Amino acid sequence: MPPETAAKTVAPEAAQRVLTGRRFMLGDHACAEGALAAGLDFFAGYPITPSTEVAEHLASRLPAVGGRFVQMEDELGSIAAIIGASAAGARSFTATSGPGFSLMMENIGLAAMMEIPCVIVNVQRASPSTGLPTMVGQSDILQARWGSHGDYGIVAYCPSSPQECFDQTIDAFNTADRYRIPVFILMDEVVGHMAERVEIPAANEIPHVPRKRPRTKPEEGIFLSYAPDEDLVPPIAHAGEGYKVHMTGLTHDERGYPELTPETHDKLVNRLVDKVRLNALDIVDFDEQHVDDAECVVIAYGCTARSASAAVDQARAEGLRCGLLRPKTIWPFPEERVRRLLEIGKIKRFIVPEINLGQLRREVERLTQLPTIGLNHAGGAMPTPNAILEIIRS
Amino acid sequence: MSTPQQDDFAVVHPFDHLMRADRLPHILCGGCGIGTVIHGYVRAVSESGVDPDRHVCVSGIGCSGRAAGYVNVDSYHSTHGRALPFALGIAVHNPELKVTVISGDGDLMAIGGNHFIHAARRNVNLNVICINNFNYGMTGGQVGPTTPIGAKGTTAPQGSIEHPFNLPYLAKACGASLVARWTILHVRQFTDAVLRSMDKDGFCFTEVLSPCPTSFGRRNKLGEGLDEVEMYRERCHIENGAQNLEELDIDIVDHEQPITVGNFVDIERSAFHA
Repeated sequence: MPPETAAKTVAPEAAQRVLTGRRFMLGDHACAEGALAAGLDFFAGYPITPSTEVAEHLASRLPAVGGRFVQMEDELGSIAAIIGASAAGARSFTATSGPGFSLMMENIGLAAMMEIPCVIVNVQRASPSTGLPTMVGQSDILQARWGSHGDYGIVAYCPSSPQECFDQTIDAFNTADRYRIPVFILMDEVVGHMAERVEIPAANEIPHVPRKRPRTKPEEGIFLSYAPDEDLVPPIAHAGEGYKVHMTGLTHDERGYPELTPETHDKLVNRLVDKVRLNALDIVDFDEQHVDDAECVVIAYGCTARSASAAVDQARAEGLRCGLLRPKTIWPFPEERVRRLLEIGKIKRFIVPEINLGQLRREVERLTQLPTIGLNHAGGAMPTPNAILEIIRS
Repeated sequence: MSTPQQDDFAVVHPFDHLMRADRLPHILCGGCGIGTVIHGYVRAVSESGVDPDRHVCVSGIGCSGRAAGYVNVDSYHSTHGRALPFALGIAVHNPELKVTVISGDGDLMAIGGNHFIHAARRNVNLNVICINNFNYGMTGGQVGPTTPIGAKGTTAPQGSIEHPFNLPYLAKACGASLVARWTILHVRQFTDAVLRSMDKDGFCFTEVLSPCPTSFGRRNKLGEGLDEVEMYRERCHIENGAQNLEELDIDIVDHEQPITVGNFVDIERSAFHA
C-alpha cells in the first residue's frame, strides 16, 4: 500500500464511529465495533480473559468518538457504573467472562427491577470457577437466564461469527432500549478470538431503535417512570432532565416509590417477566438449515453451531434427513418455531451439542418431550463436525 | 374550640420543593440523625445556586440509603455497597450534574469499601456523605466497620473485637480532595462542608456522626438520640485543618475520649474526567 493511501485510511478512521466497509476482524473487536456503531456512549469494565480485547479496543476507539471509557476496580463496579450511566441517558456497555458475570448478577437484577437498559457481553470460557481461562466454554447459558435472584425478563444473543458479533451487538442495544432491560451477548472464546470477514454497513444503515421517552414536559405534572404502555414497557426519563425521578430496587409503584406489599410485588414482577415473554415473537431470532423435512434436528449455538452446520450439510449429502436450528437468541428461546416444527410431525429426535453438560438440552427436552441426545464437553474443546455427524448417523 | 384545619398549618417550608412530601411519614426512628443530614443536604442544594434539576442523589442500602427516597431531585436507591460506582456512571457520563452520594458506614465502608478507595483514588467528581452511626441499624444493630472495639452489637454480644476504620484518615490516604467530619449537632458546619463539596471538582468526603438510639445507643448505654447529641456537644472539639488524622479515631462509647471534628482536607488535585 502506498504511504499516502495508508495515511488516508488510518487517520480519519480514528474518529469515525462506523467503520463502513469490508474488514478482517477478531470477534471481540467486531463486538466492540458493533457497540460503537450502535451509538455506545459509556463503557465500564474490568479486564478478564477472553473478553479483554473488547475493552482494549474501546479504550482507544471510544474516547476518540466522544464516549467515555472507565476501567473499574471490579465487575461489581462495572455493572453498577453502566447502569448509572444509562440512568443518565447513556447507551452503556460492559464486557466480561464467567467469573465476572457471576459477580455482576446482583446488579443485573437491579437493572431489571429499575428497568434501566444496559448491555453485557460475556465471552464464555471453560467453567466453573477459574476453570480454563483461555479456553472455550458455553456454560453460562442458564446463569444468563436465571443468575440473579428472583424472576425477571432478559434477552441473550448468541453469535456464531465475528459478523454476528457485530450485528447482534447492535441488536442488543436496540432491544435493551426498546424494552428497558439488561441484554446479554453470550459469545464464547472461539468466536471471540476468531478473525473473519466482517461487513460493516454505512452509518445510516445501522438500525437504531430509540428508548421510549416521556410524552409530557416536567412542568406538566408528575412523570410516572413505571406506568407501562400496552406493550408493558414504560417510557424512561433520564437524570438531569427535570422529571425528579426516583428509582429503587425495592418493590415500587408507578411513580417509582417503594410500595412494599405482596400485591404490588406480584404485579410488578409479572410485568418484568411478561414484557419479554409476551413480546418474544418480536425479539426471537434464529437461523436454520434443511429443517422442513428433517427427522433429526440439531440445535446448536455459538461456535458449536459452526461444527453442527458442517455436520448437517455432510449428512444431507449422505441422504440423511436432518437439519439445523440455530437460535441466535438463546433467551427467549425460539419456542414457537420449535412448536411449529413439531406440528409438521416429522421430527423423531433432537441432537444438542454444547460445551457444557446439557444446559440447553434441558430446555429442548422440556419443550419437545422427544428423545434429545446431548453431545457434551465440560469445556476447553469444541465438538468436531465428525463427532456430531456420528450421532446423526447413529 | 374548633378542630384545626389543614389550612391553619399551611405555612410553606422553604425547602418543601426539595422534599418528596408525598413520601412522608418517613421510616426513620425517633432520635435518629438521618433526617438532620437530609435537611443539611437539601439546604446545600438550595444554597448551591445550581438548579435542583441538575442535582442527583444516589444511595446504597440501609437506613441512610433511604435518604434518596425523600429528596426531590433525580434520585436512585441502588444496591448494597454500589452507590459509588452507580454515581460514577452518572457523573462521568454527564459532568454537568452535581452528584451526591448519601449512604451509611456499613454500605460505603464494608460491602462498598473497594469502590470507596478507588473512587477517592481516581478523584471522581462526587460529593459523598457518610452517615456514621457505628452499626447496621436497619437490620437490627450488628457491628460494622466503624464499631469501636468493645462496643456491643447483635453479632458481638460481648463487644466488638475488631479495630474500626478512622474514615477521614482513610479518605485522605486514598486521595480525596476534601475531607471533613461533623456530627448532626454541627448542622451549619456540616451543610457548609457539603456546599463546599458541591462546588469542588473531585472526590469530596464528609463523615457525619449520627445517633442510632434504637439499635446502637440502647445496647451501648448512650441513651436517647438527644442524649447522644448532648454527648457530641460535650466531647467534640473543632480542629479545622488537623494534620494528625491518623490519631483521630473515634471511641463513641468511651465518654472520656474527645471527638475531633472539622474540615480536615481541602486540596487541589486533578479530578477524574474520562
